[in-house]
Amino acid sequence: MSLIKQDDRITVDTFLEGIWRENPVFVMMLGMCPVLAVTNSAVNALAMGLATAFVLVASSLLVSLFRNLIPSEVRIATYIVIISTFVTIVDYTMQALSQEVYNALGAFIQLIVVNCIILGRAEACASRNKPLKSMVNAAGMGLGFTLALLCLGVVREILGSGSLFGLPLFGEQFQPWVVMVLPPGGFLVLGGWLLFFEWLKTRKQSLAEGVTHG
Amino acid sequence: MGSTDSITFIFFNAFLANNFVLAMFLGLCPFLGVSGKLNTAVPMGLATSFVMLVSSVCAYFLNELLVAFNIEYLRLISYIVVIASAVQLVEMTLKKLSPALFRALGIYLPLITTNCAILGLALFQTFKEYNFMQSLAYALGAGAGFILALLLMAGLRERLDLAKLPSVTQGAALSLILGGLLSLAFMGFAGLGAE
Repeated sequence: MSLIKQDDRITVDTFLEGIWRENPVFVMMLGMCPVLAVTNSAVNALAMGLATAFVLVASSLLVSLFRNLIPSEVRIATYIVIISTFVTIVDYTMQALSQEVYNALGAFIQLIVVNCIILGRAEACASRNKPLKSMVNAAGMGLGFTLALLCLGVVREILGSGSLFGLPLFGEQFQPWVVMVLPPGGFLVLGGWLLFFEWLKTRKQSLAEGVTHG
Repeated sequence: MGSTDSITFIFFNAFLANNFVLAMFLGLCPFLGVSGKLNTAVPMGLATSFVMLVSSVCAYFLNELLVAFNIEYLRLISYIVVIASAVQLVEMTLKKLSPALFRALGIYLPLITTNCAILGLALFQTFKEYNFMQSLAYALGAGAGFILALLLMAGLRERLDLAKLPSVTQGAALSLILGGLLSLAFMGFAGLGAE
């Protein structure tokens, strides 16, 4: 344990930082593989986001409960075993709930194990904080991840198949922009979102400078 | 054995048509993280491919064992342990042989464990029920494809360092758009025979 006293208070920020300021996808660029691979429709994106959020919250709780028992030399291995246990649970649950979504997500459900967000949270937050705080933080991160996946899934589904959550949006004569649901679309849409956020940031900075100088 | 099961087909399928990075989105973290310079991209690609080969062979025999004892639900946990050990092996070898390279790769070396391309490879070869030779061809193809993608990306990014760009496009956004264009180009290989 570190000598610096940990801040045990749970603030709104504990929850909100995962959604905006430290959004795992748009700011920290973690867990990119599922972000690009399963967001070809909004439903898939939502299912993947919720599955990851569940694993994130559950493993944060367990890691946090055992944080004083796990020897630091084997901590990464222990975290991975904990995480893969929950992923196995999610895998079987998903298969029982909806075979269709399970087939669409394919191996990416099992690949949640190697999602760096989860291991990153276990290492950076859950291993140092009390269970409740880690869970709140993990829930924020999970929600932030789900929102980011939805951002991509919605854009790609609207452009690529002209529908949203499976409901057609445009008339008969709509020509879908097929490349958006194919692999290149994932890279391009995420690149576009990042450009947009970067532009917002630069704009905010230049506005702030304008105020101080003016 | 149909034409889709032949060893050359599996190799080229994993190498080009279904390139792990550009068509299946596996292993994007090192793809975006280490592809800044050619002289770190090459060893990183080689190290990852080696781990792929080792873990593919181990995963094949492990799966035989799991099936024999009827405990397939332990597959995920046992695969990840095998991969972590293989990475540890590579790390120790590299530290001994070339400390400079070891430092250059930094945090990305232990992170090969959480590279989804490797676990993905082990899982896909199990789902597709490949035999030993087929698994080997699949691992070699995937490794070669990973090196190819990493090299292309590093080459492009080295050239772009010299270009004048608007300040908003610097960083990850640019790499992603480059990746998108590369992926678009790789879609041309789909005619070689996708699944």
